[in-house]
Amino acid sequence: MELTDKLLSSYVAFENRVDTNSDIHEIRSKAFQNFENLGFPTKKLEAWKYTSLNSVLKQDYSLFPNKENAIQLADVQKYFIHDIDTYKLVFIDGKYSSFLSESTHDTFDVCLMSAALTKPKYKAVIENYFNKIAKKDNLTSLNTAFANEGAYIYIPRNVEVEKPIQILNFTTGSEAATMLQPRNLIVVEQNAHVQIIERHQSLTSNPVLTNAVTEVFAAKDATVDIYKIQNDDTNASLVDNSYIEQKSNSIVSVHTFSFGGNITRNNLNFYQKGEHIDSILKGITILEGKQHVDHHTLVHHIEPNCESHQDYKGIYNERSTGVFNGKVVVDKEAQKTNAYQKSNNVLLSDKATINAKPQLEIFADDVKCSHGCTIGQLDDDALFYMQQRGIPEKEGKALLMFAFANTVLESVKIPEVKQRIAKIIANKLNVKIGFDL
Amino acid sequence: MSKYTEDDLEQELKTQEYKYGFYTDIESETFAKGLNEDVVIAISKKKNEPQWMTDWRLEAYRVWKKMEEPEWANVHYTKPKFQDIAYYSAPKEKPKLNSLDEVDPELLDTFKRLGISLDEQKKLANVAVDIVMDSVSVATTFKKTLGEKGIIFMPISEAIQEHPELVRKYLGTVVPTTDNFYAALNSAVFSDGSFCYIPKGVRCPMELSTYFRINEGGTGQFERTLVVADKGSYVSYLEGCTAPSRDENQLHAAVVELIALDDSEIKYSTVQNWYPGNKEGKGGVYNFVTKRAICETNAKVSWTQVETGSAVTWKYPSCILKGNNSVGEFYSIAVTNNHQQADTGTKMIHLGKNTKSTIISKGISAGKSQNSYRGLVQISSRAENARNFSQCDSLLMGNDCGAHTFPYIEVKNKSAQIEHEATTSKIGEEQLFYCNQRGIDTEKAIALIVNGFSKEVLNKLPMEFAVEAQKLLEISLEGSVG
Repeated sequence: MELTDKLLSSYVAFENRVDTNSDIHEIRSKAFQNFENLGFPTKKLEAWKYTSLNSVLKQDYSLFPNKENAIQLADVQKYFIHDIDTYKLVFIDGKYSSFLSESTHDTFDVCLMSAALTKPKYKAVIENYFNKIAKKDNLTSLNTAFANEGAYIYIPRNVEVEKPIQILNFTTGSEAATMLQPRNLIVVEQNAHVQIIERHQSLTSNPVLTNAVTEVFAAKDATVDIYKIQNDDTNASLVDNSYIEQKSNSIVSVHTFSFGGNITRNNLNFYQKGEHIDSILKGITILEGKQHVDHHTLVHHIEPNCESHQDYKGIYNERSTGVFNGKVVVDKEAQKTNAYQKSNNVLLSDKATINAKPQLEIFADDVKCSHGCTIGQLDDDALFYMQQRGIPEKEGKALLMFAFANTVLESVKIPEVKQRIAKIIANKLNVKIGFDL
Repeated sequence: MSKYTEDDLEQELKTQEYKYGFYTDIESETFAKGLNEDVVIAISKKKNEPQWMTDWRLEAYRVWKKMEEPEWANVHYTKPKFQDIAYYSAPKEKPKLNSLDEVDPELLDTFKRLGISLDEQKKLANVAVDIVMDSVSVATTFKKTLGEKGIIFMPISEAIQEHPELVRKYLGTVVPTTDNFYAALNSAVFSDGSFCYIPKGVRCPMELSTYFRINEGGTGQFERTLVVADKGSYVSYLEGCTAPSRDENQLHAAVVELIALDDSEIKYSTVQNWYPGNKEGKGGVYNFVTKRAICETNAKVSWTQVETGSAVTWKYPSCILKGNNSVGEFYSIAVTNNHQQADTGTKMIHLGKNTKSTIISKGISAGKSQNSYRGLVQISSRAENARNFSQCDSLLMGNDCGAHTFPYIEVKNKSAQIEHEATTSKIGEEQLFYCNQRGIDTEKAIALIVNGFSKEVLNKLPMEFAVEAQKLLEISLEGSVG
């Protein structure tokens, strides 16, 4: 059965099973209708010009894995940032695993979306924030229609969360192919501070398609740091839709590290609804094989005196494809905006492809906006210099690539995350050297 | 003198009327409005064209009928009604000309008012002009001098009669009839244009120039230009456009094809000053143009354009760098004012090894206008050592206009080196203050800054044209350019 048909036919059953709240029911059925009209995106859409989901959609996905799958901590511990204490929300095949997780309700909430959607205690927050900034496009609508499980994080005023929160999604591969649609909501109230690490991991090589939606609300003076680690199995595909709304003086940074996966599409959207906001979007992408990563960013400057900084580094080997489609929109009212956008890329193979479209749409005159995009190679002279001094070619190249990506890595605020990324990069480049940080 | 501020400038920009808005009263022969196969055949007959040409047009018309008007450009306008356009309009008395004296004096007067006195140019600028008025060439000068060198420079309608083998060999090879909606339309109904052939190893001794002007109301201008530079030759080609004031929107859908064979060089400069509509955004020309060049081994094509006119511009002069070591260049200034909209840029398609391309694009938006740069740099997997440098700068004047950049970069070869940068800014208060301090009044200062902003492109224009280009910048941004 075609995936679209399968989704359409299983919707009613899903609704009957989970629906208890009439408001959410309405949101879901609207979104469902929307998806029914739009269907999956095709390359004919400008936003999907460079990424085709056709090969991924062909699989016969199981939408709601039924079996309870317990996994041992020892098997998956390596995917955690385990050397520091963290809050954890762990989902196995889309189901919450209380055994592996560490949630809290003490001064703030780190818990489940399914609970938040049904319990009256959370009603006010859900009413205010759920599905408020998520776009009504096809894949987001699809997620909204099936929105049920995921992470729910609520940080009240003036709370500084002392340890990072990890959100991990594991797929066990108990089904031949699995489709997951996690839905996360993160609300950070005034002057609160939180760090979040997000990871999707498939434990076998059975195909997985994840269509995730995350909504983040940063109130006045809030600080939010999000780290997305994408180092999945090469049969796992991911569409990550993130929507971030910021109020005055807030700072939100999103780091996306894309090393694994089959097709990865990151839709990262920032909406600045206040003054003196800073939005930071950074990414490192290192690909090989037939991997495909598409970074699709939007920063919408709505009010004056705000800043945005985008910095994406990409290294592409073998037959991999990288896409960077960055868009900065500056509204007429958003005077004194400073928007920077940079995409640097290195191609290591003639079979690799880069498609870049750094886009500016500016309606205000008193702004400083710039974008830069480069595509090039490693510096032969630098490599020769290192080889002269006894550093083998492979290690020399790895060092150069690491240096190239380091401006992004430097801004990671959690040392353990930084170390972990450096380790993944070393693995990826197949060298045994530790990059001293 | 009272202080001249940016607001004053804005005010002036808003009220600046189109200076070339006069209408030459020459009796024209115009076809009834509408388009069907009969009209296509009639145009072909009128031109006394051979059968292959008629077939070619009909094929294009059939393709066009199946096509849909493109909507992806960042412009908004009422679509032209294609059945409401007269597809052929020619001055009725078509004089056979041996010298300028035989040209209708009224027509000559038109050109004089445009500031291109033929006599003057003949004497001073040494420019051969092939004037196209409502699609039909009425004056060709310097044909003899060119003829001695073996250079063919004539209206394309004549070329079809006199050099059918050349036209047939090259027409539609760079922009096929099926290329896009407007190219197909043009192929079906083009009434005239210029044809230029430079033989092997010949360096064209003078700048070739064509002047286009839409005169008759309710007519579309569909001209077709074909420039072929044979091996080792060089030519510099100038094209200028103006249209008188008209209330209804006029459609201009031209096709320009450049063919640069091995070791040749073509320099193609355009100054476009079609009527932009009045300050309420009423009227003006729709300028939907397809321009493309193909470069063989070691060939070089350089596009330079100064776009100040048209209500809606939709234009992407492109280079296909097919041969090894070929070079493509694109230098552009696009000025939009009042309600003008421009979506312009270039495509550089690198196919050969060691190919190079440079893109310098300067956008100046004022009033309520929207100015977009849309470009593509494509490096194919076999294009070793390809090099591209792109720079798109936008200058915004006032708070009602917009500047947009849509650069597409597609790279499939690891040895490619691509740089793209874009900035958006306004005229800095410090810059103005610095000039004021040194006794330069604000008006002059703005002129200086705008001139400096566009200098990189103006410098690329041939001397004869640079003066005119500056004149046109002046009209578009009156009071700001000295």
